[in-house]
Amino acid sequence: MTRFVVRRFISMVLVLFAISVMTFLIFQVIPNGDPAQRMAGRLSTPETVAAIRRTWGFDDPIWQQYLTTMKKIFTGEVISYTQQVNVLDQIWQDLPATLSLAIGAGIIWLALGVLFGVLSALHAGHFTDRALTVAALVGVSTPVFLLGAVALYFLAFKVQLFPNGGYVPLTQDPLDWLYHMILPWLVLSVLFIGIYSRVLRSNMLDTMNEDYVRTARAKGISERRVLLRHVLRNSLIPIVSLWALDFAAVIGGGAILTESVFNLQGVGQYAAESIRQLDVPPVMVVVMLGAFFVVILSAVTDVIFALLDPRIRLAG
Amino acid sequence: MATVDSTVRAGAPARAPGADATAGLSPYRLGLRRLRRNKAALAFGALFLLIVVLCLCAPLYADHVAHTSPNANHVTDTVVVGGVRKDVVSPTGQPIGPTWQGRFLLGADQNGRDIAVRLLYGGRNSLEVGFLATLLTMVLATIVGIVAGFFRGFVDGVLARLLDLIWAFPVVLLGIALGTALALGGISIGPLHLQGNSLLVPAFIIGIVYIPYVAKPIRGQVLGLREQEFVDAARVGGAGPLRIMGSEILPNVAGTIIVFVPLMVANAILLEAALSFLGAGVQPPNPSWGTMISDGIRLIPSAMHLTFVPGLMLVLAVLGINVFGDGVRDALDPRAKVRLEEHAEEASR
Repeated sequence: MTRFVVRRFISMVLVLFAISVMTFLIFQVIPNGDPAQRMAGRLSTPETVAAIRRTWGFDDPIWQQYLTTMKKIFTGEVISYTQQVNVLDQIWQDLPATLSLAIGAGIIWLALGVLFGVLSALHAGHFTDRALTVAALVGVSTPVFLLGAVALYFLAFKVQLFPNGGYVPLTQDPLDWLYHMILPWLVLSVLFIGIYSRVLRSNMLDTMNEDYVRTARAKGISERRVLLRHVLRNSLIPIVSLWALDFAAVIGGGAILTESVFNLQGVGQYAAESIRQLDVPPVMVVVMLGAFFVVILSAVTDVIFALLDPRIRLAG
Repeated sequence: MATVDSTVRAGAPARAPGADATAGLSPYRLGLRRLRRNKAALAFGALFLLIVVLCLCAPLYADHVAHTSPNANHVTDTVVVGGVRKDVVSPTGQPIGPTWQGRFLLGADQNGRDIAVRLLYGGRNSLEVGFLATLLTMVLATIVGIVAGFFRGFVDGVLARLLDLIWAFPVVLLGIALGTALALGGISIGPLHLQGNSLLVPAFIIGIVYIPYVAKPIRGQVLGLREQEFVDAARVGGAGPLRIMGSEILPNVAGTIIVFVPLMVANAILLEAALSFLGAGVQPPNPSWGTMISDGIRLIPSAMHLTFVPGLMLVLAVLGINVFGDGVRDALDPRAKVRLEEHAEEASR
């Protein structure tokens, strides 16, 4: 087990390093034009550009530029020149909204995805299954920002069942927080519910043909117990590992579209606003930290799974 | 969507009649036959095709029906609707809604531009980005997947790490990173110079982002194929690596490639919309379904047609190609089922 953890840790560190290099290349090296000019934004004075070139060391050799960039990101020195704010401070301030969105939505999409997947598998080929399949296809084909806009128009503007976007901190008013979060949670969940229910459906249908399921049936165990104890349990493993990755990706910036439609003022919306102004520094920091978060959480998930299931340890 | 297959699995008796008629047919012939029986998939495929044709006819519609161009401003113009002369954009900035006639069929936006014309031109851009991105993904992913799987060892190690690296970034995040970085200066790939506002930039970005989702399954399949007897036979017959990859391995992964194409087109169109919505995709004043939704979303309370018209078109197109793609997958490989979705699941967040 220790060997597995050490090996997983080393590979994680390597991937983190590679991600930092790739982020650096994407933002500072690959595009045409002057990196200092890009950092400064569209409306910038020649003095700002010159100052940026000096502090970011864009005249240095390339490996030195990489070190300077990383040092700036990790010591929290990156400043948005367009918006005149410290990027890391802003991310820190926006984190609660992003976490609220991700955690609530994560619980909803796992629960409903499993529920609909089981229903679909149980009634495979019948009306419930077909209806759920159609719903899942529509859900997967609708961009989340469009769904959010439609939901806001009908449920917040026309009927006024929900507030018209915005975020209320949990510590300030828990009930109002919940009231503001329900619609974003549901909208963000739709796509994942569609994917998870279909993956679970096919996993369950595959598992039903396994020998041990036939054995369980042959022993005379009730059909309900066979499905829940033997089929569902084994079909859930890939779903849960999928969930861990998606959950990490949502926190790491994947909810950027939902956040900006519902004006949740989270990290994703901060990134979205920065993109709109083509303000490079915040986008760079959000992208890199987001990818870091996904990689770290996926390593943690792997270790947890190895603890639960020895077969993974041997295979990995 | 293939409910026939799922009932078989759920324990219903397999259909016996006509089984002999399939003897001697190639897998693709059989697949085509199964696809032809899947009416839902065909109907949705036709819907997608109809949207493509409509968008290709954008200049005809603009010149002969709407008499305007996608970026032409009509803020101060008026239009006669049902005998009444109306402002295209009212003095308070309220754009006109659908008129259901030649000019401003689906209304105007806040700059007085014809929504129907922009919808078709925007669709052209969205579809162009989607198809080009898919082409790039499929070509590069096929090459990378086959080479990595065939040579294994060091080559595979390097390529697999590269794929893992792209894979580690959430799709939208990598898309906006490249989109923001390239929007100002553009990029040079060898002799090819792309301007920041070129349509090829989002196509290039989306094409790159999805490579691992296709290359990984192909690589896995090639790892198994290279051990088969027919590959040994070709090698004994004196075929070099290039020839084996081209004429022994490639035809055997063609099924996987075909199945991925519609799925990737759907995902590429969705990602284009997401990137354009955020401002990191198609750059204004070029219309695309994503930029149109993005422009309209702030005006939803007063002029919802600005968002709903391109939104509906986008959903219909993506749904059409998705359902059709499902049908193709079930037809070519009835047992594969949702396996592909697990790989491409991150695609459209």
